[in-house]
Amino acid sequence: MIEWIDTLIQGILLGGFFALSGLGLSLSFGIMRIVNIAHGDFLVVAAYLGVVIVGLVGINPIIAIAIIAPVMYAAGYGLQRSLLNKAVGGSELTPLLITFGISIILHNVLQEVFSADFKSLDAGSIEVASIAIGNIHIGLFPLSILVVAFVVYSGLYRIMHNTRFGRIVRATVDDPEVSSLMGVDTKKIYSLGMALSMAIIGIAGALYGIKSSFSPMTGGDQLLFAFETVIIGGMGSIWGTMLGGMALGISQIIGFKIHAGWGAFAGHLIFFAFLFVKPSGLLAKGDQHA
Amino acid sequence: MTLLKINELHAGYGPITALFGVSLSVDEGQTLALIGANGAGKTTLLRAISGLIKPNVGLIDYEGRSIGGRDPHEIAAHGISMVPEGRRLFPSLTVEENILMGACSRRKGPWTLDKVYDLFPMLKDRRSLLSTMLSGGQQQMVAVGRALMSNPRLLLCDELSLGLAPIIVQDIYKTLQSVSATGVSLIVVEQDINQAINSSDNFLCLRKGEMVLKGTKEKADRAEIAHAYFGN
Amino acid sequence: MHEGETLSNSGWKIETPLIGPAFLALLVIALAAVPFFGGTGTMRLMVEIFAMIAMAQAWNLLAGYTGFVSVGQQAFIGIGAYGLFMVALKGGIDPFSSVLLGGICAGLIGAISAPALFHLRGPYFAIGTWVLAELFRIFITNNDYFGGASGLTLARVLKEIPRDIRNDTTYWIALALAASTLVLVYVLLRSRFGLAIRTVRDNEYSAESVGVNVRGVKFTVFVIASFITGCAGAVAYLNTMFVTTSAAFSIEWSAFIIFVVIIGGIGTIEGPVIGALVYFFLREWLADFGTWYIITLGSVAIAVIVWAPDGIWGLIAKRYPIRLFPAGAVMRKKPSN
Repeated sequence: MIEWIDTLIQGILLGGFFALSGLGLSLSFGIMRIVNIAHGDFLVVAAYLGVVIVGLVGINPIIAIAIIAPVMYAAGYGLQRSLLNKAVGGSELTPLLITFGISIILHNVLQEVFSADFKSLDAGSIEVASIAIGNIHIGLFPLSILVVAFVVYSGLYRIMHNTRFGRIVRATVDDPEVSSLMGVDTKKIYSLGMALSMAIIGIAGALYGIKSSFSPMTGGDQLLFAFETVIIGGMGSIWGTMLGGMALGISQIIGFKIHAGWGAFAGHLIFFAFLFVKPSGLLAKGDQHA
Repeated sequence: MTLLKINELHAGYGPITALFGVSLSVDEGQTLALIGANGAGKTTLLRAISGLIKPNVGLIDYEGRSIGGRDPHEIAAHGISMVPEGRRLFPSLTVEENILMGACSRRKGPWTLDKVYDLFPMLKDRRSLLSTMLSGGQQQMVAVGRALMSNPRLLLCDELSLGLAPIIVQDIYKTLQSVSATGVSLIVVEQDINQAINSSDNFLCLRKGEMVLKGTKEKADRAEIAHAYFGN
Repeated sequence: MHEGETLSNSGWKIETPLIGPAFLALLVIALAAVPFFGGTGTMRLMVEIFAMIAMAQAWNLLAGYTGFVSVGQQAFIGIGAYGLFMVALKGGIDPFSSVLLGGICAGLIGAISAPALFHLRGPYFAIGTWVLAELFRIFITNNDYFGGASGLTLARVLKEIPRDIRNDTTYWIALALAASTLVLVYVLLRSRFGLAIRTVRDNEYSAESVGVNVRGVKFTVFVIASFITGCAGAVAYLNTMFVTTSAAFSIEWSAFIIFVVIIGGIGTIEGPVIGALVYFFLREWLADFGTWYIITLGSVAIAVIVWAPDGIWGLIAKRYPIRLFPAGAVMRKKPSN
């Protein structure tokens, strides 16, 4: 029994990370209709940024997030403005192929610069600290990630619904043409949307670098996990992504407990099962039509 | 004083040209009615003025400077505002949020959220509802209120009467008259010819992208207009 | 056309230009002679090129003509390769016939996974194909029956066969694969089915409303593409005689295929062939530069997508009216008598 509760809790905690990672992916899709295939690679870039910053300044990687997030924000803005804005509103294929190209370039560049070795960010004693509830131990760091996920989700929700900027973004998503008639520079909104998405990826990436070991090639897996999170949760629903993350996290932990190599595999299976059984996802609002 | 001047405008959608050499001018405070059958090019003309399509050939001058080919949001910032055909309210936004969107260009002027609510009191009661939950007439009011929030000098109105009961249409045009009285210029596209001509100073009739008749309200001859409209 | 006039009495007829296939036939005859004077290294490279041409045509059929993008082609490459290796090693079937069997395995998997995948649209479908590849990669890597992480080798079953015969046969199989893929795709696209395919790309709803069996079309195209890709994967690894999951199921396969089609010209039959040649030329030329080669390829592909979306063949076709394998209707006025 304890075993099951422990599995459930670990799954939820892992789900917190997937929820955070998935949010970045669903944001760029929700606003610009761009599925960022380089998502996972950008997570890894953020982790390597952490490596560089820690190497240069020697601070705790958690503190480095304060530098990583703004850098990624700026990078996202620049990327959208210079390249991806050319692909908005046209064929679906184009942004897909461009971000796929970026993904391939990114992980090869990372390999050139950092070599294929696995690395990890060391955040100190918080990584092994845990809270004990009865016989169950809850890792403090994974719990923090879950808390961060909730904070980011709530923050994003408030931005979207309680601010002028959020109002403009929602209007632009509804009808970019009329939005521009109202005086909105839609290209700038898309750039800000990507900037926000990348900032979230930056936070998630840094946390990823602390919680796991990573290499230039691990981005692909992270993309698939974020993607599965969004699909299982249901497209069009922000909180759905959170639920999807939980579902994926629990699936992966169960798979891992069965046999060490089968964690991700279990997640992929559950994902496919969802496609057969409930393709619209747990909390779907819109449909999967891009 | 001339606010908008268009000269020999040719414009369209990619390889399909919809306007062939249209010229017109609108003075400050004046109302121009654009009439014509479906597909005559009226909406295309408004889209060209607002920047949604770029002219192939020809000049669009506003406030003395050329705006042809500029981005829509830049043109909006100069005081040209549109009530689009079919209203096109933002479905994810409430009534109040829709109206507030009109103020994105942050232009100074008499129109504020409160003034819009003074003009359309029943919107104030429904301010937190999603705009899609309102009746057609109320949605039209939201669209007009939204367009006014940018304090325009030139207001483009595309088919305001579409799908609305006649008595509502009358109310809307009465409102437009009061707006016009404050000095705002208007270009009104309207299928209802009588409504169009009665509420304007001048009119221009298009057929298949060409100008076929222009005149003033006083000298408007119904037979002549019908002939120009249908072209037989 | 006016009342009473039909296609047959209107004075126009639809042609299927044979210049492309004629040109291809000559080329095939020439290429078939290569084993008689070519070196092993050259032949190995050409097998890779032929396999890539087949893979690129399959992807192009999916993306360029039917409109759905896959980044999981490595699923079928790996399944095709492992299919060949498993039937050759465990089933005792000769490796050369096993190419088709590998393709059939891949086609079957394509058929089974299609219903699930078709719930996804656009970019989500693409990533879904990637998940499929991962499912198979992880499964095989963790199962020693399939060779596990260390992979499989054909050395045992191939050592009976003299090296020359082995190389020549592999070469001819690859050549046959590439040529028949080109012919198959050409014939397919010029048929009524081909017309249906292209309507699905343009607008699924409209296609449905004029009576096109959209689901059937998508399914058929997906299975055909999976089959071709499986055969190509089988040939590619028959060529190296050694397969591992990390190689056969690598995302880089999809990367190269996509880059090849984009740079060559998506949505045309000539494009992927040109793209494959460009790819291999670049690879040999930049061989000393390691991963900079793929970085360059990726950057060129992005540049092509943004500034020259019709690729190299698109640029050529715009300037010169050559059409070797046109997929669209080519109409010619009948000579009046």
